[in-house]
Amino acid sequence: MTVTTTPDLVPYEDALATYDPVMGLEVHVELGTRTKMFCGCSTALGADANTQTCPTCLGLPGALPVVNEIGVESAIKIGLALHCEIAEWCRFARKNYFYPDMPKNFQTSQYDEPIAFNGYLDVQLEDGEVFRVEIERAHMEEDTGKSTHVGGATGRIHGASHSLLDYNRAGIPLIEIVTKPIVGAGERAPEVAKAYVAELRELIKALGVSEARMEQGQMRCDVNLSLRPKGQEKFGTRSETKNVNSLRSVERAARFEIQRHAAVLGAGGKIVQETRHFHEDDGSTTPGRVKEEAEDYRYFPEPDLVPVAPSREWVEALRAQLPELPLAQRNRLREEWGVSAHDMQSILNAGAIGPIVATINAGADAVSARKWWMGELARNANEQGVDLGALPITPEQVARVSALVAAGELNDKLARQVIDGVLKGEGTPDEVVEKRGLKVVSDEGALTAAVEEAIAGNPAIADKIRGGKVAAAGALVGAVMKATRGQADAARVKELILEQLGVEG
Amino acid sequence: MPGITREEVAHLARLARLELKDEELDHFAGQLDDIIGAVARVSEVADQDVPPTSHPLPLTNVMRADEVRPSLTPEQALSGAPAQEQQRFKVPQILGED
Repeated sequence: MTVTTTPDLVPYEDALATYDPVMGLEVHVELGTRTKMFCGCSTALGADANTQTCPTCLGLPGALPVVNEIGVESAIKIGLALHCEIAEWCRFARKNYFYPDMPKNFQTSQYDEPIAFNGYLDVQLEDGEVFRVEIERAHMEEDTGKSTHVGGATGRIHGASHSLLDYNRAGIPLIEIVTKPIVGAGERAPEVAKAYVAELRELIKALGVSEARMEQGQMRCDVNLSLRPKGQEKFGTRSETKNVNSLRSVERAARFEIQRHAAVLGAGGKIVQETRHFHEDDGSTTPGRVKEEAEDYRYFPEPDLVPVAPSREWVEALRAQLPELPLAQRNRLREEWGVSAHDMQSILNAGAIGPIVATINAGADAVSARKWWMGELARNANEQGVDLGALPITPEQVARVSALVAAGELNDKLARQVIDGVLKGEGTPDEVVEKRGLKVVSDEGALTAAVEEAIAGNPAIADKIRGGKVAAAGALVGAVMKATRGQADAARVKELILEQLGVEG
Repeated sequence: MPGITREEVAHLARLARLELKDEELDHFAGQLDDIIGAVARVSEVADQDVPPTSHPLPLTNVMRADEVRPSLTPEQALSGAPAQEQQRFKVPQILGED
């Protein structure tokens, strides 16, 4: 058992009163290519262990890597969308290290010649303020294999007797995007970090180069953070918190490190440059390996891969294909939908923009598309801890539910049951309606009978309505809905009640 | 041109997970020093306008289409593994990182 002691923390406001935080964010994005970066092995998720490997990704002698064209194209698209310059000529490099997650004993990466460099990404904070995050570089590399540690507690290395390696993931294309030092965010640094990762995720999805699902590790963030006394130019020593894998965690990790650094510095101590691990349960970080020799990667140009020299024609063709960028799109949609900056932020945080737009494109009106994705579906996704896009329902199906409501064949309550059925794998909306017998009672005879019964059973309320208190009809509508087990069109029921009582709606 | 020191050889050996005895460190330091000295002579004839060569062939942009090719079977993939378990490569306890 490891006993991890939570380090001392300084209250956040106090830390910010004395120090100015400087952040660097490194985000790894797993590309959605069909094959690995340097070989033709499939990248499909969920395959049996070691069924997607070959001599190249296993690092067997004599195997030669060849670059995946879509991998390079995706890297250029990401670079362009981040307003980067695209290298006219660049090479891959070997990053040498001994660790069993890479069977080659090196990771093929890029060193001093990244494919994209010097860009920026504008991110919008909760209150609408726009903060520009400058991009240092975006480079191409490959993912590592997956280790399972056996014998220790809960799969951790500590106390493990041995480890088991699955190399299906080894060689999957990664793009690493590195920011320049983010200065001047002050107390909003954690918020900027979160907004940056959120905006980057939207950008990656809009480009169609990856689904960027953080909960599946398709996008992972390292948070580098240091503090310097206010007014000091020189940066302090940084810590590197690795693999922070949700938007909320990015914000929490930055906040925690600010408080921890301030405590160490305030007590006259020194920050050790080290890797730290983030813990989802309590939002703390604990030290990992201390960087000394680990930095000695002995990079050198990869002799087995020839340089990549994207022609300017190719780069310009890709630039011309760039979609509308997410921030611009959000500003446009906000106008079109007439929602507040805050509501738009909630929609963004829920990852709902893509699904809502797709649902509208499938024929739904904007209001109901927003309502379903931000209500019932967002709740479901939260409960399951997955992104909206991972729910087993398509925008077309949501549009179909919306159409059934608009046609009066379902009311909202029934529509929720239909969505529930689709999410539980019972079939398409129409199949669920059929199987569960969910139809609004549109048989006027049956409805009229239920209305008459409700009026007869509630003479006092009926009198109030006759007397002009139309609002009181709600109680009778409720009684009818109960009698029809919710399967009536509430609007029609109200009409019938008022008709029967001879009152103008 | 400074030569390679014994300490540098020891450092490299550690990074490469090679266990070298003291007399081997002396031996290799001398040998590597000779090799580096010989290679360094290239710098004497190569002027500023000659960039370091990383690739002898004047080729760029050799790429493949993103099409899946058959992988090895897990049995083939694991056939060279000294140890395996649950269709995975089995390696000794990993130290130095938590």
